[in-house]
Amino acid sequence: MAKVFTTDDGKEIKVKKRHHSKNEKIAEYAFLAPSLIGLMIFFILPFFVIIYYSGIDNIVNAEFVGLDNFTALLHNSAFLDAAKNTATFSAIAVPLAVVISLIMAVILEKEIPMRSQFRTFFLSPMMVPVASVVLIWQVLFDHHGVINEVVNFFGGTATDWLESDYSQLVIVILFLWKNLGYNMILFMSALNAIPKDVLEVATLDSASVLQQFRYIKLRYLSSTILFVAIMSLINSFKVFREVYLLTGDYPYDKLYMLQHFMNNTFQSLNYQKLSAAAIIMALVMCVVIGALFYVENWYGRDVEG
Amino acid sequence: MDMENEILEENIEVENEPKLSPEEIRRIALKDRKKRGVKKKLKIVILTIIALLFATSFLMPTVLTIANSFMSANEISTNYGVIFNQFKEPEWGERKSTEYISETVNLKFIPDMVTFSQYATVLLKSPEYLLKFWNSVILVVPIVFFQVLIALGAAYSFTRFRGKRKEVLFFMYIVFMLMPYQVTLVPNYLVADWLGILDTRWSIILPGAFAPFSVYLLTKFMRRIPDSLIEAAKLDGASEWQIFKKIAVPLCKGPIASVAILVFFDYWNMVEQPIIMLSDQEMHPLSVFLSKINTGEIGLAFAVATIYMIPAILIFLYGEDYLVEGISYQGGVKG
Repeated sequence: MAKVFTTDDGKEIKVKKRHHSKNEKIAEYAFLAPSLIGLMIFFILPFFVIIYYSGIDNIVNAEFVGLDNFTALLHNSAFLDAAKNTATFSAIAVPLAVVISLIMAVILEKEIPMRSQFRTFFLSPMMVPVASVVLIWQVLFDHHGVINEVVNFFGGTATDWLESDYSQLVIVILFLWKNLGYNMILFMSALNAIPKDVLEVATLDSASVLQQFRYIKLRYLSSTILFVAIMSLINSFKVFREVYLLTGDYPYDKLYMLQHFMNNTFQSLNYQKLSAAAIIMALVMCVVIGALFYVENWYGRDVEG
Repeated sequence: MDMENEILEENIEVENEPKLSPEEIRRIALKDRKKRGVKKKLKIVILTIIALLFATSFLMPTVLTIANSFMSANEISTNYGVIFNQFKEPEWGERKSTEYISETVNLKFIPDMVTFSQYATVLLKSPEYLLKFWNSVILVVPIVFFQVLIALGAAYSFTRFRGKRKEVLFFMYIVFMLMPYQVTLVPNYLVADWLGILDTRWSIILPGAFAPFSVYLLTKFMRRIPDSLIEAAKLDGASEWQIFKKIAVPLCKGPIASVAILVFFDYWNMVEQPIIMLSDQEMHPLSVFLSKINTGEIGLAFAVATIYMIPAILIFLYGEDYLVEGISYQGGVKG
């Protein structure tokens, strides 16, 4: 690719992009090698084994059965329920995590007192051990828990929250509580990095606060939004740890996640089923991330950063 | 700025009306400004209240854990007995009491009597807790150190040498990063089996050290270093290693600290990996142990959790600024 520069007197100079020298090529892969080799051994190669497993009937017989494991899985109601629940959870929790943390970042950007203390408070959930989180969520949402006492006080009827249709909501709250702080910090620093002159020009052109937010800030934030969305997506899968400790192997229907399915399949040593499920999940992830990147590229196309 | 602008505009409007004297105009403008000042203050008060509400609910579990660790076993079972099925001591002749100590749950932040009895139990009477604590340390510290170190090289490569093939590779890192444990656990288990490191700490440390999470994060941050800086060093004849050591790593000090903190928090709380990789419970970290003492010794759980939180709190107190500044580059570096 050639870059075109224009000199003062109007001449155009074409500069061919320098190809990397041999030494640079060596450096490029020398720096990457430790990580790539490790990733190969511990993640990529085993993944091929998983692909192999997904195509055979069982480990002893090892007869190739094509896509049978996949079709069986797609007719497995436990898998379908788990996939649906996981997708619903992520589809609710991730956008909420992005939007609420952005709102919090905008609020903390204002000149309110004790900003740095607030920041610390919002980050504090990161350091609470999972086990205490689980304890406290039990104390709050148990059938005899604190929330139900409040409900009773106002004349409502107590519900066993984790055994009800609200169970996903309880987990969404847990997820948000845990992750909003860091997301918020990511947004705060991104808001800080927006060039001030752009905003000043907008103010002079009498753009309203909302217009500034929509047309300027959001544009500059687009790459951070993608970043926060990806981080939230990872963390939305990690919330399984808490769900599992709260409710065990077979929780209420609505809480039965893909991870439960995989955990139980792992325990029953059904590698074929497990491998097929892992591959389907990997494919879905590729599509989701690809879509996120595409949207980000399109939306943030005319700002750098 | 916004506000002043509008006041200016309104002044002009006022001036167009012939009946008002200059004094009156000044008075009206002043009144207007005061009104706006009050409005602004009100807005800040409301925002502060919202932030305060959020902050209290966020801080509550931390405070609750610490506060409850100073309560006696009796007080804890009185408060939460209903939830964790702890019954009254059976009365004479009765085989098992089905009566709860208290029918309601009490969320208490201030102990009736501050006692260190739980801590005494944990620290003096049962040394296994300290052993598990040490187990956590020797698992997590190498993971954090090596993951960040290895990722730094990869991040540098992804920052300096970009191209179609590299972007595809980077995308692959992201996909593997997003794979939930339950997916990567099987591959990791298989590899650990092949390498013969199953039931040793390496089966947890090695996959941890090569986990793609840090690579993604550090690349994100390193790419913010302006190309011009690196090109300049290049022109001065610096080698790639020198650029890496003298420019990229020092400029990424904040991000390195913040990534290290995130990785630490993640592995400090690991539960799944040790259960699957280490059949010998003697080697399990405290996080696994902690998740198992839920119902039996609920009183102890809070004290152990608080002790377990200490390194996290220390890291947090010293590292919070890194966590925050790590992500924001100011001064000449684009964000």
